[in-house]
Amino acid sequence: MKLSKRIFAGLATASLAVTVTACGGSDSSGNFDDTVTVGILHSLSGTMAISESTLVDTEKMAIEEINAAGGVTVDGKSYKIEYIVEDGASDWPTFAEKSKKLIDQDGVPVVFGGWTSASRKAMLPVYESKDAFLYYPIQYEAQECSNNIFYTGATPNQQSEPATDFMYKRSPAAGGDFFLVGSDYVFPRTSNTITKAQVKQLGGKVVGEDYLPLGNTEVAPIISKIKVALPDGGIIVNTLNGDQNVAFFKQIQDAGITPSNGYYVMNYSIAEEEISTIGPEFLEGHYGAWNYMMSIDTPASKKFAKSFKKRWGSDRVVADPQESAYNMVYLWKQAVEDAGTFDDNAVREALVGQTFDAPQGPVEVMANHHLSQTVRIGEINAEGGFTILEETGVVEPQAWNQKHPSSKGYACDWTDPKKGEKYRM
Amino acid sequence: MQLLLESLFNGVAIGSVLLVAALGLAIVFGLMGVINLAHGELMMLGAYSTYIIQLIFKQVSFLKPFYDSYVIVAIGIAFLVSGTVGIFLERTVIRRLYGSPLETLLATWGVSLILQQFVRSVPLAYASGLVVALFFGLLSPLFISDDLLSGPKGKLIRACTWGFSALLGVATGGILSSLVSKLSRASARNVDVTAPSWMRGGIDFVGITFPKTRLLIILITVISVLVVIFFLDKTAWGMRIRAVTQNRPMSDCLGISTETVDIITFGIGSGLAGVAGVAVSLLGSVGPNVGGNYIVGCFMVVVLGGVGNLLGTILASFSIGIMTDLIGAGRLLTIWPDMPSPLASIIDFFATTSMARVMIFALIVIFLQFRPTGMFPQKGRMVES
Repeated sequence: MKLSKRIFAGLATASLAVTVTACGGSDSSGNFDDTVTVGILHSLSGTMAISESTLVDTEKMAIEEINAAGGVTVDGKSYKIEYIVEDGASDWPTFAEKSKKLIDQDGVPVVFGGWTSASRKAMLPVYESKDAFLYYPIQYEAQECSNNIFYTGATPNQQSEPATDFMYKRSPAAGGDFFLVGSDYVFPRTSNTITKAQVKQLGGKVVGEDYLPLGNTEVAPIISKIKVALPDGGIIVNTLNGDQNVAFFKQIQDAGITPSNGYYVMNYSIAEEEISTIGPEFLEGHYGAWNYMMSIDTPASKKFAKSFKKRWGSDRVVADPQESAYNMVYLWKQAVEDAGTFDDNAVREALVGQTFDAPQGPVEVMANHHLSQTVRIGEINAEGGFTILEETGVVEPQAWNQKHPSSKGYACDWTDPKKGEKYRM
Repeated sequence: MQLLLESLFNGVAIGSVLLVAALGLAIVFGLMGVINLAHGELMMLGAYSTYIIQLIFKQVSFLKPFYDSYVIVAIGIAFLVSGTVGIFLERTVIRRLYGSPLETLLATWGVSLILQQFVRSVPLAYASGLVVALFFGLLSPLFISDDLLSGPKGKLIRACTWGFSALLGVATGGILSSLVSKLSRASARNVDVTAPSWMRGGIDFVGITFPKTRLLIILITVISVLVVIFFLDKTAWGMRIRAVTQNRPMSDCLGISTETVDIITFGIGSGLAGVAGVAVSLLGSVGPNVGGNYIVGCFMVVVLGGVGNLLGTILASFSIGIMTDLIGAGRLLTIWPDMPSPLASIIDFFATTSMARVMIFALIVIFLQFRPTGMFPQKGRMVES
């Protein structure tokens, strides 16, 4: 009895000592003068949670990396970044509500958040009315240019346009007819409008398009249409969302719409994460277009993938949206350091022109609050990754697409007060 | 001709998915009058059962040679899993709400949310353990004589059987999670059922490709329908079910245990939802929301066919299936190429999946204006009551 008591006492002292050293350790390594709290706003519950939680993980990792390297230095003072994570719950009004909370109650200087266009559209008026700043990391349909949002994902001319060009000119189905398939919401419809204009310019033909209502997995009528429109193979451009891809690829394979029969699918919403869910056996031989692919063979890309796996588990993968999320945290840090303050307007000014050596290669913030980035076309391989076939040089972002009939000839420039959101070039 | 055949096949393929999904509901909603909004989630449990069976066949060495036939095993297991959960649901929730449709609707909707979150946050191995425990717990009273159960020690015996079942469940959960590591962690991620190689691809016949999975689903549907018709028409329990459907108090007076009939009917209806889950898992991915996508379609089929009429359900699902393909794929234009242009442009406008849905809903609404009780209205006393 006595002995066990003594052991217990000993253990308690030891653990206390460990705790004390642990605390002391973090203090001495950090040596921060102050802290700054940023907001992270993604869906942690509901249908989008699976995708968006990977962004939270990446943003946390980027913040931890910055802290480990001494935090943010503003005006000679070093700040440790802390974060408040809020749950948008896959519900668009909740995103707006939580944004208000982060800005007004928590007083964060910046919010990293969003995935779906619907969530961004819901948040936009909040940030504009409060003149706060949102960083949005997803490849999207563009046709938007807010002074209060900073977009680090690809615009259509940084993803779908080079991809369409590749499919029509250099893919095994080159010169073939196009069929466009998508989920029924804003991104696929806008993206396909642009693709149609581009195919026409190239001299090709779009022989059909169809949209599956979100949640619907009955693709049999679409398959019939593809077979009628493309009897001998051709190019299919796919902007289906999430799980609808599983139904689509399972069923087109059974119906004989496969690369071996001359049908090649170009995908804009399938990254490494999705390939592993759908199964590479259904996707092998089809294509994808992204700014970042895990198979990029550069030290920066490998380091990014390695540190993510180290932080969150060896079975995890990194994909394009995560890379964008990672970049935006670093770009914010650089802009704050250059501006010498956390004040929104100064940071916004300092942000334009920032360059960062991202995992995908160099990126630069342009005057329209989008990033110039590299575009890569990859073929999906049996291992569940992309075999990179070609990469463009750095492509400048078009907030207003030059092929979309409604925005042709317009651009966005926030550095010039006379130009602003949408001006005629 | 070839075109018509292909269109017909597609229509039947779409219709048979609807039919297999709605068959259980036709029994639960049609015969018992229970508005079960958790029907889709019972399908989801069937789909997850397929996934678990697939993993077990992949991982366990002595089952590996039989991997190709896992789908057939999965159909049986899915029926039992969904049937068990359905009976448990009937015993605990729905039984108390007979005769109050609004409360049933709300309660079953709540159950559907619980089930969705359940598969998200409970590791599948332990979820299977729970179903096993429920199965044996509900089953064991059947093997113990009534004298013992209603005797002085009845409560103790019941408690013992539940304790024993719980042990079995824990054991199942433990064994499964150690056998298949994928089942030992909870995940909200959608999972994927891969059809065995003999079911992949299609059969080419008279210039048309018939996808094998579709053929299998049609086969599953036909067999399910035949079994249900045989059960309802030819067996003693089937007759009792029909009797209770037609006149509950009179059947009660004639010595039919209506309570047992309720359990059996609900169990079979739920079990059929499980079978539908197997079919659905072959088409798309398996996730917590998979059943919710079908529930509206199921109710639509049952209402259109006429509540309480199996033949109506069958006809309704096939006609919706064929319409979906005819309108959604723009078949009419291919069949009749020189259609006058105003008509052609209207048809072209509706020839997308979204618009076809709108069109079909509109047609159903119009149809129900003229035949509010569906294609085959139920005749008899139940209608008045």
